[in-house]
Amino acid sequence: MSLSTDDVKKVARLARMKLTDAELEEHKAKLSGIISFVEQLSEVDTDNVEPLSSVVDIKLRLREDKVTDGDIVKDILKNAPEELEDFFAVPKVVE
Amino acid sequence: MTSNLTHQSLASALEGLEKGDFTSVELTQAHISAIEATRDLNAFITETPEIALKQAANSDERRASGKAGLLEGIPIAVKDLFCTKGVQTTAASHILEGFIPQYESTTTQNLWDDGAVMLGKVNLDQFAMGSANTTSYFGNVINPWKKRDGSNEQLVPGGSSGGSAASVAAYTSMAATGTDTGGSIRQPASFCGITGIKPTYGRCSRWGVVAFASSLDQPGAFARDVRDSALLLESMSGFDPKDSTSADMPVPHFAGALTGDIKGLKVGVPKEYRVDGMPEEIEKIWQQGIEWLKSAGAEIVDVSLPHTKYALPTYYIIAPAECSSNLARYDGVRYGLRVEGEDLTDSYEKTRAEGFGDEVKRRIMIGTYALSSGYYDAYYIKAQKVRRLISNDFTDAYKKCDVLLTPTAPSAAFVIGENDDDPIKMYLNDVFTVPSSLAGLPAMSVPAGLDKDGLPLGLQIIGRAWDEETVLRVGGVLETAAQFPFLNK
Repeated sequence: MSLSTDDVKKVARLARMKLTDAELEEHKAKLSGIISFVEQLSEVDTDNVEPLSSVVDIKLRLREDKVTDGDIVKDILKNAPEELEDFFAVPKVVE
Repeated sequence: MTSNLTHQSLASALEGLEKGDFTSVELTQAHISAIEATRDLNAFITETPEIALKQAANSDERRASGKAGLLEGIPIAVKDLFCTKGVQTTAASHILEGFIPQYESTTTQNLWDDGAVMLGKVNLDQFAMGSANTTSYFGNVINPWKKRDGSNEQLVPGGSSGGSAASVAAYTSMAATGTDTGGSIRQPASFCGITGIKPTYGRCSRWGVVAFASSLDQPGAFARDVRDSALLLESMSGFDPKDSTSADMPVPHFAGALTGDIKGLKVGVPKEYRVDGMPEEIEKIWQQGIEWLKSAGAEIVDVSLPHTKYALPTYYIIAPAECSSNLARYDGVRYGLRVEGEDLTDSYEKTRAEGFGDEVKRRIMIGTYALSSGYYDAYYIKAQKVRRLISNDFTDAYKKCDVLLTPTAPSAAFVIGENDDDPIKMYLNDVFTVPSSLAGLPAMSVPAGLDKDGLPLGLQIIGRAWDEETVLRVGGVLETAAQFPFLNK
């Protein structure tokens, strides 16, 4: 299956990546190739097959509900592009 | 003296340190000099000589006071995907350039606890996405091997852990950490003529490793020989409550498995790995490997893994889907690059457009597409179902054999730039490594011989889940038989 420019534009928007028109066309060709490649899977009979989401047969562990970490605000903010009074700062969202 | 220090195995360096033939500071300094002399390989993103020499001095003190750990004083390289406290960790991306983790990954902490010394952070494909180390924001890594025709063509080291493999092959580290999602340890090990092992999924903690595809990502070890790989892997392994898929199981003394005895062991040869257009030399080295194991007393069994041809398409839905979800965190708010925009959404879009390379964008978009409304069942759920069939193939094969022997990659190292124009051609590099990744099985590449151009070819040994020991034992036998001509600069 080949993707349209609008398909690629929509996916780029969903993935929050701004692409130029030239990039959209470049990606369109390569993404279409990859989608066609993976579509071979449609020939596999998977009736009555359970999806495999994890190869580990381990049940997720539970632990006691207690605080084991914390008080590391400075560490957490260390790599922030912008911070303000112990918070991450972002451009104004609500007018 | 310097090259005597670098051109020895990790195991022999441990002996030398213990006997007092040299100190860890001397051993470390020799490697630092070797790194400086081979900067043209571009194997390192960040060199950490000050940290290394300090750790080495501390190590020498510990050894003097009789407290030597498993890797006491051994200088190693760390793939720049493992978070290292206070040392830049980039995932070879622009978006994480300058990111200084305030914590240490569990796997690397295990190494430091055992006395290892960090030489620096090595290059990789961006976010571990690639098979040639040509997608790094910090430039290509050059394979230290050259074709024997005297041409000076630069070859890829394989990927994604290309810096790790190139560094170990060029004797600038004694061993290195890697991660393997679809072949990122085994394929570069094959291309650079060294050993590389990806353990069973869950053996090494993923905590503090920059995530690509969480159901597949697994740390592992590079070294020049099988014993050294076993030593590094033993140190890296172990249960970690901070990783929900970490296995709470005892870690064997892996090097103890290298008995050389494989009499009566059943080695499976999967017929589906004879792919169309595979170079004759790959077929030849595979046959040679089969003969070596047979002479050592193994029984060769023909097996079938019928869904092998669907492994790559399955992988190229599941891995991008998980990647699109994992990489959603890079939004320019909490860490990494931020590009200002007209509003918050505009800032996200510009940050991610500038911060990610083309291959990463491609995979994020494939994953976003496969997970989007209307396509989720047709792509993602379908791929998960086929993944079960692939995993069942291995379960069935292991009813007839103990271990599988296959080629590691369908070619030797190629010239930089080759395969770059067509993503599918690049993806085919992992045709032999992806199936065992999807099944979470331990697998190792061992250098077996050279092709007509004088370039290394590896053989892959795939084991049952949690049976790294048999994989290593067979690897040891192959290594002894192959007498591989290591690079000796």
